[in-house]
Amino acid sequence: MNLTLQFVPFEEINSLAPEKRINRLLDIVKKDKIVLLQGRLKPSEEAWLIQKTMEHVSKDFKGIELCTIYPELKDQKVLSQMKGLLVKFLMGAREGLTIIGPANVVKEIKRDPGKIELLTNIKA
Amino acid sequence: MGNFFTELFSKLSALFSKKNDIKLGLYGPPNAGKSTLANRICKDWLGEEMSTVSAVPHETREVIVKEKIEVKSKGKSLTFNLVDTPGIATKIDYEDFLKFKINKDDAKERAKEATKGVIDAIKWLDNMDAVVVVLDSTINPYSQVNITIIGNLAARSIPVMIAANKTDLKKSDIKAIESAFPQYPIVGISADKGVNMEEFYETLFKVVK
Repeated sequence: MNLTLQFVPFEEINSLAPEKRINRLLDIVKKDKIVLLQGRLKPSEEAWLIQKTMEHVSKDFKGIELCTIYPELKDQKVLSQMKGLLVKFLMGAREGLTIIGPANVVKEIKRDPGKIELLTNIKA
Repeated sequence: MGNFFTELFSKLSALFSKKNDIKLGLYGPPNAGKSTLANRICKDWLGEEMSTVSAVPHETREVIVKEKIEVKSKGKSLTFNLVDTPGIATKIDYEDFLKFKINKDDAKERAKEATKGVIDAIKWLDNMDAVVVVLDSTINPYSQVNITIIGNLAARSIPVMIAANKTDLKKSDIKAIESAFPQYPIVGISADKGVNMEEFYETLFKVVK
């Protein structure tokens, strides 16, 4: 099985209504591709993404693994990082990187200030 | 004209009932101990339990409400409608339930119900007056689900406190939760053993008032 990463610039979904924006991302994930979204979703959009994901769960689609990283925060201490992270999250700031992977391909996404680890279900 | 007065009366009664009976939601990922905490609160103040608990994830698959729980702390009292919600997750695989010796058909049904439960839990966010986010203190708190839940509560200006549950277990690490969410009041508890519930209620009063 191949691992496919699809880069999605935020401009590509920016003009879409929130529901269509989420559907566009889910359509990619449901094709067993990992979305690398240049930017991040608002809290309400993430909640919407989880709701829509649950509606699509089936024998072949188990759901998603989701992780947002904030590169501008990586040099700060953990405490100020999390404070900054929540403030930016609530303000609806869009900078960052969002990774959305299909759960049957991505087992877990481990977050670290300087790196991200994707643990996959792919057997060598 | 009759409709006007009916509408006005319903709006006024909604306003006053909201003031009297606070909807307190228990939110968090699956298996964090939301239903165990709901049972602890009910046992403490009503002498009876409200939810079934299990080691199998997604035991609570429907929103459960227990009305009129009067909680007292330091001479003050508050009446809550306690809302126990299904755990919020981004993935549900029926095969995970097979490990708990649940047969395939039941596991599939459980998974189907669990997906609906997640959707309902998120929909209920708008109805809450205050929320206790229940986290398993033995698990790394830096998960996107936790950030999404807390971010959505903050975006709705809903008062939040965090219960760092399972402090009776060796791997419990309250400091990790404090580092992850420094702007929220956090109380370490063991809902199962009833440890530190007094501090939990005191903090709850501060958050709600």
